[in-house]
Amino acid sequence: MYEKGRDLAAAFVRKQVSRRELIQRASQLGLGVAATSFFVNQAMTQAMAADFDWQKFKGTNLKLLLNKHPYADAMIADLDNFKSMTGMNVTYDIFPEDVYFDKVTAALSSGSSEYDAFMTGAYMTWTYGPAGWIEDLNEYIQDAGRTNPNYNWDDVLPGLRASTAWNGVPGGELGSADAKQWCIPWGYELNNISYNQKMFEKAGVKPPKNLPEMVETSAKLTKDLGGPYGIGVRGSRSWASIHPGFLSGYSNYGQRDFTVTDGKLKAAMNTKESKAYHELWVKMIQDSGPKNWSTYTWYQVGTDLGAGASAMIFDADILGYFMNGGDNKEKGNIGYAPFAANPSASAPTPNVWIWSLALSSYSNQKDAAWYFMQWASSVEHDLFGARKMDFVNPVRASVWKDEEFRGRIDKSYPGYLEQHDTSAPGAKIYFTAQPLFFDLTTQWAETLQKMVAKEVPVDEGLDQLAASVDKQLKDAGLGG
Amino acid sequence: MALTDSVRSGMTTATPHAQTATRRPGRHRLTRRALPYLLSLPALLVCIGILIPFFTAVYYSMMRFRLNLPMMKGFIWFDNYISFLSDAAFWNTMSISLLYAFVTVTGELILGLGIALLLVRPTRINNAVSIMLLLPLMTAPALAALMWKLMTNPNFGILSYLVGLLGFTDFRWASDPSTALLTVVLVDVWVYTPFIMILLLAGLRSLPKQPFEAAALDGVPRSFVFFRITLPMLMPYIITASLFRLLDSIQQFDIVYSMTQGGPGDTLMVFQVQSYLEFFQYTNVGRSAALLIVLWAITYALSNLFIKHWLKLRERAHGPA
Repeated sequence: MYEKGRDLAAAFVRKQVSRRELIQRASQLGLGVAATSFFVNQAMTQAMAADFDWQKFKGTNLKLLLNKHPYADAMIADLDNFKSMTGMNVTYDIFPEDVYFDKVTAALSSGSSEYDAFMTGAYMTWTYGPAGWIEDLNEYIQDAGRTNPNYNWDDVLPGLRASTAWNGVPGGELGSADAKQWCIPWGYELNNISYNQKMFEKAGVKPPKNLPEMVETSAKLTKDLGGPYGIGVRGSRSWASIHPGFLSGYSNYGQRDFTVTDGKLKAAMNTKESKAYHELWVKMIQDSGPKNWSTYTWYQVGTDLGAGASAMIFDADILGYFMNGGDNKEKGNIGYAPFAANPSASAPTPNVWIWSLALSSYSNQKDAAWYFMQWASSVEHDLFGARKMDFVNPVRASVWKDEEFRGRIDKSYPGYLEQHDTSAPGAKIYFTAQPLFFDLTTQWAETLQKMVAKEVPVDEGLDQLAASVDKQLKDAGLGG
Repeated sequence: MALTDSVRSGMTTATPHAQTATRRPGRHRLTRRALPYLLSLPALLVCIGILIPFFTAVYYSMMRFRLNLPMMKGFIWFDNYISFLSDAAFWNTMSISLLYAFVTVTGELILGLGIALLLVRPTRINNAVSIMLLLPLMTAPALAALMWKLMTNPNFGILSYLVGLLGFTDFRWASDPSTALLTVVLVDVWVYTPFIMILLLAGLRSLPKQPFEAAALDGVPRSFVFFRITLPMLMPYIITASLFRLLDSIQQFDIVYSMTQGGPGDTLMVFQVQSYLEFFQYTNVGRSAALLIVLWAITYALSNLFIKHWLKLRERAHGPA
């Protein structure tokens, strides 16, 4: 039965057997879903190994630094395949997100060679890259001797490839021809609406189409539901409060964080349009946000939706995805909708968070570590994660076309595919890449907190913010 | 018998050593001279271990040093410190840190002293209660902060519910700039009052009984006894407890960071939180180090002040040393 199962899986991977046939014949052989998945995954790994010398670094020990995340869980579940295919051993340290990036900064800034590769966000590479802590991966991707011919780098969504590449010039366009590929996109999230369908039905409202509608709908939900609040967005004093819903809406109004003239940056948060956008955003939180909004991170935003404490969130789509499963109170009640904040915009323009893999410059076995990275970001592993685990959102176009993956999502997460497919073409990083990203964006969040607390009027707050940002840019030699 | 034997054998083994020493007096003298240095060597090594990071921080504080702008790295002497003078954010950090330290230590002293006075008689119940009251001190401050964050949650927190019953239906605790300081101070007071209480309780129980007995015989009012006898005699303990707490509160990090990350706005941006953000998030090593050196200077000045006062009190009580 074992041999027959393997042969069947191999035939499926060679596309000699259809999915329906695979399921039928597997059940005739008495194979369960788990066993069939195992054989298919093994056959895919073997197929992957056919055209490339994966055993080149046999016996090497790699060490990874990972964040506790479903992406890491999916990789760990599939790791034995990598080990058997390459003969390498892989160990890892895994930390919760609260302390993860401190650990990365400590490891890299001390020049430690302990970790060969690690998980990162694209924004972090704007610090790690110029500091010389991580490798430009273009050299690896374009080297046929080091990269599997079936790797298919172009299959990775173009917005994500560009968003993880920067030439290191403050204000330089992401993905420009001279950009360095600082990391490989692994999984990503874009920002849209996730909402509680039962609550929307009860209040007799539909998912809002734009920000003025969102302000109204949230207020009605807060008033009519008598308990849950209308809209969940992040508010903690951190750059992470700016990048999800807030910046997605901001960019949809055509607004930027900076203007770049002759290589010099200037704050652009205090334009007339930006002030109007901030007014709406602040009003929405004051009227219909959580009472302790200024302490809200992604965690509170997500769990409130899952627990039925909020009716809607404008945040990462995968947050809504995870709140629709597990043992969440509102499991099965969450719906999804694309969202273009600007009433005159033709499509959503969500800012994205991209969990990526980066290669440490201090690693003593960079080529071997690159083998791991290309396996972990391969079509095969991406497919495994998307079909069998919670590896959403996958970064490869081919995986988004996979029928099994789409079928699984469509069945349990109604509206999720639609929101993604509508938004993905406009999804990318809308921040201006520059080294003071974390300082200045945190200050932006701080100003937003002051506006919501009515400590400063929106108009005045944004002028003060822009003046302070310009001064810091000038002090750092980046401003005019 | 056995003892006699061992003493005898000890004497016999000691004899050759004594002979060698008489034979080589120069070497013996050298060992004797080196002994004090050898004995103090571990302390010296520990001292060096402490001073190296300190002087490294001083050195970094005089540099323009951002990890992500390596081209700009350079020695700038006191520019980081000079820039603080005109930086409103720095002065905000300074005033918040001092205010936080003052309010928490005052609150903890008053409460700690009050509880210690209530528990001063060493009865079984009092001893059991004093042990139970130590429980918050055994909670990690970051965990205590998370616990309070849940208790003050406006949706389901027990404290929000209780203040709601008192008519404060929209009390936003750490989320509101006007009540954020109060909220983190409450957590600090909850965690650290037992520390003050246990020190003062030990002090109270060790005070001589005669002055109190004499006052009781003379029918001196209780308030007079407290302000003129108990408090002055307890002062060295109060100063010691306050010094420990003051040094700790001015360096507060975990409670404030866990509850608000220094917000809302910059309401709770104390030194340690600002310095942590400067290094770990903004990778601005120079500014982060300069902030910590300023904090060290404040701490050093305050501890000197307290210790001098404490020595004066001791001198008054026991005469000059």
